[in-house]
Amino acid sequence: MTAELWEAIFKGIWITVQLTVYSAALGAVVAFAVGTARTSRHWILRFLSGFYVAVFRGTSALVFMFWLFFVVPLAFGWQFVPMWAATLALGLTYGAYGAEIVRGGIAAVAPAQREAGIALSFTPWQRMRRIILPQAVPEMLPPFNNLLIELLKGTALVSLLGIPDISFEAQLARLATGQSTTIYLAILGMYFVLAFLLTRVMRLLERRAKAGIGQAPPKSGGILGKLRIEETERSTKAGLAGGAQ
Amino acid sequence: MNWNWSVVDEFMPYFWDGVRVTLQATALGSLLSFALGLVWALLLRTPSRFVRWPVGFFVEFIRNTPLLVQLFFLFYVLPEWGVQTSALATGIIGIGLHYSTYTAEVYRAGIEGVPAGQWEAARALSLPRGRTWGAVILPQAIRRVVPALGNYVIALLKDTPMLLGIGVLEMLNQARQFGAQTFQYIEPYTIVGIAFILISYPASLFMRYLERRLVH
Repeated sequence: MTAELWEAIFKGIWITVQLTVYSAALGAVVAFAVGTARTSRHWILRFLSGFYVAVFRGTSALVFMFWLFFVVPLAFGWQFVPMWAATLALGLTYGAYGAEIVRGGIAAVAPAQREAGIALSFTPWQRMRRIILPQAVPEMLPPFNNLLIELLKGTALVSLLGIPDISFEAQLARLATGQSTTIYLAILGMYFVLAFLLTRVMRLLERRAKAGIGQAPPKSGGILGKLRIEETERSTKAGLAGGAQ
Repeated sequence: MNWNWSVVDEFMPYFWDGVRVTLQATALGSLLSFALGLVWALLLRTPSRFVRWPVGFFVEFIRNTPLLVQLFFLFYVLPEWGVQTSALATGIIGIGLHYSTYTAEVYRAGIEGVPAGQWEAARALSLPRGRTWGAVILPQAIRRVVPALGNYVIALLKDTPMLLGIGVLEMLNQARQFGAQTFQYIEPYTIVGIAFILISYPASLFMRYLERRLVH
């Protein structure tokens, strides 16, 4: 492994981080928009958002990515910049999973809170903004953390479409040197460190959000507890399963 | 949008070949993940921390790194170690290993969900360790975890397209090959996308039904 190849891999980290941040931002917007729409009073909004979630959770992220890359330019004549297509694919897919987290978080707020908002004649928007979400968001953060790690892992898919992220650069380095073991162990380690950092940031956010409504986060125990990146009590990826709600 | 049904007709034989491989990878990968996951779950309950910590680290490491890179690792590194397997077998091992780290959590939750009275009763009847696990704890734990395991089967199914990275001809790769040969991309990719929804949506409805039947 020469210095140039390592440098290429480090440039790949930057692409992976960018992709993760952009698609997480898009995914968060989609998740909140679709997740709140699913609790709407209007049946058409509920139906459309339910349909969105069913479709995007039902299909595979990679298949959708290929579809955006190869079918959309032919069928509709739009050619995306590769980074944009990848961001769109990841954001829309993981946003659908996020929508279920948002819906679940909103549903978990005690009904009396909503009723109190109605009694005080808050508008629906004020209720959501001032009463429901401040209490729902801290509950959503641990599952969002899991989803974010799934998203980070999902960014590796873009290497199959030629976007030079960590996995793609690793593939090039392997072709150049043939040192598969070193290279792949190194980049698996990089992904692990990235996942660990993401978890730290999310824990911090959770602590802040909980402090904002006067709660303390649960303690994590021991060395294995520190190592445990995903909040596993909440049955991690079960929500990632099918299209049904 | 110019949809051409004759292309669909041409693609269909390849599509069915792809479906067969996808379902095969899903079925065998799931079985492997069920078995390995139980192994991890039991090892994580051993009293010795010299077993628990390495296994815990291994499981966390696998779970928090991308499946695609793990597949590349297995595909390119195993032959260097003298293990020769087909791409599909490598894919099944990779995907089964990856998902076993998720099923291990499911089993853990299932085992912890068995009431303490069951352990005490087994003890009071002086059942040996093997019988306690085999006849008392696991049958109750596994019943609870069936729907959660089923959901992972669906998630695993949706990750099988990654096997194209190591050259397995599953559904998506069939569509890609077909596109590369005929320059017809619209129909094959759309069909594969719809096929995933058609398989996974009813499957997830079925899991919800199972959840109502078995857990509550």
